[in-house]
Amino acid sequence: MSLSTETKGATSGAQSFGGMQARSDAALNDARIAISNLDFFYADNRALKAINLNLPDRQVTGMIGPSGCGKSTLLRVLNRMYSLYPGQRATGEVMMDGENIISDSVDLNALRAKIGMVFQKPTPFPMTIYENIAFGIRLHEKLSKSEMGERIEWALTRAALWNEVRDRLDRSALGLSGGQQQRLCIARSIAVRPEVILFDEPTSALDPISTLKIEELIDELKRDFTIAIVTHNMQQAARCADQVAFFYLGELIEVAPAAQLFTAPKHPKTQEYITGRFG
Amino acid sequence: MPTEHIVRSYDEDLRKLRDMIARMGGLVERQVSDATRALVRRDSDLAGEVVQRDVQIDQLEREVEAYCVRLLALRQPMAADLRLIIACMKVSNDLERIGDYSANAAKRSIVLASLPGLGSMNGFERMAHLVQENLKAAMDALVQSDADAAERVWAADEPVDEIYNGIFREMLTHMMEDPRNITAATHLLFIAKNLERIGDHTTNIAERIHFAVRGESLPEDRPKGDTSAFAVVRAPGE
Repeated sequence: MSLSTETKGATSGAQSFGGMQARSDAALNDARIAISNLDFFYADNRALKAINLNLPDRQVTGMIGPSGCGKSTLLRVLNRMYSLYPGQRATGEVMMDGENIISDSVDLNALRAKIGMVFQKPTPFPMTIYENIAFGIRLHEKLSKSEMGERIEWALTRAALWNEVRDRLDRSALGLSGGQQQRLCIARSIAVRPEVILFDEPTSALDPISTLKIEELIDELKRDFTIAIVTHNMQQAARCADQVAFFYLGELIEVAPAAQLFTAPKHPKTQEYITGRFG
Repeated sequence: MPTEHIVRSYDEDLRKLRDMIARMGGLVERQVSDATRALVRRDSDLAGEVVQRDVQIDQLEREVEAYCVRLLALRQPMAADLRLIIACMKVSNDLERIGDYSANAAKRSIVLASLPGLGSMNGFERMAHLVQENLKAAMDALVQSDADAAERVWAADEPVDEIYNGIFREMLTHMMEDPRNITAATHLLFIAKNLERIGDHTTNIAERIHFAVRGESLPEDRPKGDTSAFAVVRAPGE
């Protein structure tokens, strides 16, 4: 009798659900906007410190961090809103289409047509729904009446509002609900066919259902637009963003694909913030 | 990193979860050690107690799972908290399996106690000792969030596999020598397999703890020594 042990190489059929990655596991696209070594000052106060960040093309970048961390300031830099205020200045590079958009030579009207912005509180103008959207278009383009009508329908459709307002375009925008007003503002931004849309806490004044509609809309819009969203709601960043950037005291502490940042952040400060240990 | 959450009741919740897992771990450790003692001392009463206590472990597993689901729903945990909760959920699953293997070993030792003894129990004692040491070290690593300790447990399973291979050969030999040994040897073989599986679940637990603490997985290839799957038996003179 003999007993022998024959070791055979175990064949490991390495299989995985490779094709079933969640949205936030997908690779990041090339940069649409490349920010490097950006500093920002409110007079002598350095509010952003040497920021380096890419906004990947047609993907969503979420920006999170405690109040005063610089995330909203960064949005204000991206469409040069700060240029309205004396004493505020930015240094460094924010490259888009081969141009540094914080240089003095940039045409601000053209820039703001390329980079639209949606604010925390809906900001409808006290005019009709139609005029709210036509207003911005007229600043940049001269369209015939029928072209204008088509563009407005397109913008309202893309903003998931068309079906709710098609029969009352001539009524005041102030009669819409908060969620509808916010979608109207999104329609107004996309009506001028921008390339980038900045959202500054777009749902913090909305109820949960309206919030989800905006989030669904953001998911839809990223097919065509590069999106940056500042949010205080971490779950919202987790739901919407492909890439998440965490800011603290004017510094970019960590940027990573959303799934990684929310499951295994590298930096202890990020960990403390997202688990609710400070903020 | 500050250990306290801004919402203090969240800390309470997580502490409670750790306590639940630690309690479950303690009970499971006792099951393994009692099952081994019952086998070695041919103590059927003790074996019966082990079998009866298994329902308590099953109940604890359900409680841990329900509690984790509740935490996920109510706290929306992130990062290290999320990893801890998921790890506890899976560890409770591994502990429940270890409990099952212990109860199964205990049942078999009741049968064995009524049969003539089959040589020395030294291999079983050594194997059970190693398995219990690793299980205890794994539970300590969980309580102390010690990823290095977890990694040591993870890498320490090979000697268990080696003893198992030895027992496997020994039992085959007994069976070939005298077919009347087959009943006892088969039960002993299953008990050895149970202990070997307990070792494997312990390494699973170590992996979960490592991930919970560090946020990164241990490599896929763990040192393994169970070669019995490839063992070939040849008849005398062959």
